[in-house]
Amino acid sequence: MTLDKLLVVAAALFCCGLYTVLTRRNAVAVLMGVELILNATNINFVAFSHFLSRVMGGQIFAVFVIVLAAAEAAVALAIFLRMFATAGTVEVDFADELKG
Amino acid sequence: MNGPADVIFYAAAALTVGAAVLVAVLPNILYAAVALLFSFAGVAGLYVLLSADFLAATQVLVYVGGIVVLLLFAVFLSNRIAEAKITNPTHFRLPAAVICLVLFGVLSYTAVSTPFAVKKAVYLPTTADIGELLMTRYLLPFEVASVLLLAALIGAALISRPERGVPESPEMEEGKR
Repeated sequence: MTLDKLLVVAAALFCCGLYTVLTRRNAVAVLMGVELILNATNINFVAFSHFLSRVMGGQIFAVFVIVLAAAEAAVALAIFLRMFATAGTVEVDFADELKG
Repeated sequence: MNGPADVIFYAAAALTVGAAVLVAVLPNILYAAVALLFSFAGVAGLYVLLSADFLAATQVLVYVGGIVVLLLFAVFLSNRIAEAKITNPTHFRLPAAVICLVLFGVLSYTAVSTPFAVKKAVYLPTTADIGELLMTRYLLPFEVASVLLLAALIGAALISRPERGVPESPEMEEGKR
């Protein structure tokens, strides 16, 4: 296990997440892609912190990323449920107007 | 480091990336959510190998235990179960695949060809250090994150609350009369 192998793994994870975000039409699936991307960044933070530095900054940053991901997931899913109640679907193509 | 640790690393990496690919391509969104769970578990394994024990536990608790369950709830609540139509349509598949593969190539080439000044890795428990740093050097971000989490959860509860008997605004009642 070396740093570059870990970076390649994180890059693969990031690209899977990006593909999910780009292709899916269901908003919940798009959110899954976002979570994959956040996990890829977290792997990078922890890997750099483990291999390049003595301090814990990378791990602390990963903790904050996890906190933000949890908050974002809660708010996004609440919005999806509201959208399903008003529009009857959670496909992102139908979310093209901002009227309340 | 070689031997068993390398085997575990390749297993965790294969689990992570393989499950992530499944998330990207599986047509059924429920199967995609379960694959996402395995991908997060693989990431937790990578954290263990990177001597980030606290983060591995957090990953299991927050992602595997929390967010995936939340996603499954959303899938069930936002698909008409009676019609048994839990699908996950896609579009723009070819251009997106090209973009992602090219990006992956560029990223891996950069990662492999860059000479990093790697230090000797140390394996120590990190929980005490993280707690101390959160209470000293990173105190302000910690508090800001707490307030943000509270605000986000209150907002989520407010948005997703079922609408019941909203009183009409005075202007509308004026117009009615």
